[in-house]
Amino acid sequence: MAAVRTSAEVAGNRVAIVAVLIITLIFLAPIYWIVSTSFKPRNLSTTIPPTVVFTPEVSPFVKLFTKRSQLREQPTPEEYEAAPWWERIVFDGGEKVVRDGKGNVQWSAYPNRFMNSLIIAITSTVFAVSMGTITAYGFSRFKVKGEGDLLFFILSTRMLPPVVVAIPMFLMYRTFGLNDTHIGLIILYTAFNLSFSVWLMKGFIDEIPKEYEEAALVDGYTRMEAFFKIVIPEAATGIAATAVFCFITAWNEYAFALIMTNRRAQTAPPFIPSQVGSGLPDWTVIAAGTFLFLLPVAIFTFLLRNHLLRGMSFGAIRK
Amino acid sequence: MTQIELRGVQKWFGAVQVIKDLNLSIEDNEFIVLLGQSGCGKTTTLRAVAGLETIDEGDILIDGKPVQHLKAADRDIAMVFQSFSLYPHMSVYENIAFPLRATRMKKTDIDKAVRDVAQVLRISDLLDRRPSALSGGDMQRVAIGRALVRRPKAMLMDEPIGALDAKLREEMRAEIKRLHVKQGSTTIYVTHDQIEAMSLADRIVIMHEGVLQQVGTPEDVYGHPQNLFVAQFVGSPVMNVAPAAVSDSAGKASVTVEGAGEGFAFPSELLSKLNGSAGKPLSLGIRPEGVIVAHEAAEGFLPAEAHIIEPLGSYDIVDLKFGSQMLRARTRSGFVAKAGDRVFARLDPTQTHFFDTASGQSLGVKL
Repeated sequence: MAAVRTSAEVAGNRVAIVAVLIITLIFLAPIYWIVSTSFKPRNLSTTIPPTVVFTPEVSPFVKLFTKRSQLREQPTPEEYEAAPWWERIVFDGGEKVVRDGKGNVQWSAYPNRFMNSLIIAITSTVFAVSMGTITAYGFSRFKVKGEGDLLFFILSTRMLPPVVVAIPMFLMYRTFGLNDTHIGLIILYTAFNLSFSVWLMKGFIDEIPKEYEEAALVDGYTRMEAFFKIVIPEAATGIAATAVFCFITAWNEYAFALIMTNRRAQTAPPFIPSQVGSGLPDWTVIAAGTFLFLLPVAIFTFLLRNHLLRGMSFGAIRK
Repeated sequence: MTQIELRGVQKWFGAVQVIKDLNLSIEDNEFIVLLGQSGCGKTTTLRAVAGLETIDEGDILIDGKPVQHLKAADRDIAMVFQSFSLYPHMSVYENIAFPLRATRMKKTDIDKAVRDVAQVLRISDLLDRRPSALSGGDMQRVAIGRALVRRPKAMLMDEPIGALDAKLREEMRAEIKRLHVKQGSTTIYVTHDQIEAMSLADRIVIMHEGVLQQVGTPEDVYGHPQNLFVAQFVGSPVMNVAPAAVSDSAGKASVTVEGAGEGFAFPSELLSKLNGSAGKPLSLGIRPEGVIVAHEAAEGFLPAEAHIIEPLGSYDIVDLKFGSQMLRARTRSGFVAKAGDRVFARLDPTQTHFFDTASGQSLGVKL
């Protein structure tokens, strides 16, 4: 059947499309800014008005991954000729790559901080989502004494702004030797995400009819087996959504990471702006670091997009 | 060979007692239907047998062994839910194979069992589909297949066709009957639909407010209801119930419906069979087919006015007014032309039941 639409509907539709486009552009603008800056030559990064058309270069990324110092005297032509292409880029920028006594290139701390971020964010997400799912299942399926109070208590851990607990947390962590450790931040982010994870997962699990598990129980499975074979697959959409939110929260966290870590377990968010302090701020390097930092969340969300979009209850339950 | 027995089963939900001292014995291969309104405790009883609900008192025995402390998984019972409960993330094949995967059965044996059941249920061509792509009837076939595949000791069905539309319900009803005859397994079937109960059951168990009202064959509960609840719950159209008085008029019994001037003539043995209950407040119960309508006055017929005529195709239901009471009669379609017509009617004594109005119990009078 052909859809018959009035001109008013068509016009309304066009207005909606234009509005969506404008909103999309507004949201994409900062991302474009970061991405374009990370490919700009240093002298174009702070022009007013911003430079839109330029020849992209990879110098910010080379600088991001190397330790550099100010060039006091120009390199000799021989030195320049002998240097690999990326070292020449550094020379061109008026800097030189730092080498140790044996002439080995000194790399920047960025890859290490990036790894820290990955380890801490992924581990804490796995903990928060798995613990949250099991807790939510318990609250959803069993009669728990004081269920309302307990759930409120869990939620209340999220009510204080982080800055309020930062100092006591710091002192406690110092006592237990958890400052600047991976495990310390993992515990912190897990605890921080857990309330959110429990509440979100409870909503999803409440939606799964309990007849599914009862059918499995009658069919010869234990409750544990029913949980893993029936509830987990049915809750996949919810688990994916919760995981994305927990991951983003842990990945982007700045305040605690700044206070609790400085070297060994430092994550990327406090590290990236710390480069501002060494010499004159090179915004292209900061932009390059930020751009790479955006990728894992983008990839993670992209991989789970089907789960995030898929309707909740497409199943075979009649109500 | 599976017998199921319930002995003195009691169940509370908080302060509400949902099963009150239930005693029931189910024979091997028997098809038992638990019939009652929603909230009467029939589903709770079924879930208690399945092991999904604990009981507070009493015993549930399967083949003579108490199972009330066993987990559902250890009772070797299969259940079909009203909601079908097919796992949406599994194919039809996997849904049926699921109970077998809990056992140590070999893959080839599982495959054979699944295909055999699919053939019996005529869903062989649906095995690769997802449950969401099936029609309601096929969903229920798959759900039944999942229950049958394990060859359980007993089948429990909780309103398995209640969610289907009328035509499909009729079709599936016949199918369930066919399967039971073919496969033969002890079955407990819960429904609120008395037609379903009548057509499927070997014996019907009628429950009301947690109390067992009557157990009997469909003919039994239809023909000899033990109390007013059963009388009015079973049968469609509903049995007429009216307060009535029985009197002795010159050696013959006369049954007068409340408010009517004249009584219906009944055989004199009614008086002796009532055995002194005649003076108590009685209720008369008669199914519409027991009210015989005629155009002409005749011996034993009382005049009445037709109030409402409901044409139902193969027959009509005519509301006749006697005194302050309305009795519904079943007539040939078009027998009474229009509302307001005067007709004559009598009651068939063999189809008349008498109940003690206070207790609601049948007085057991058979004429």
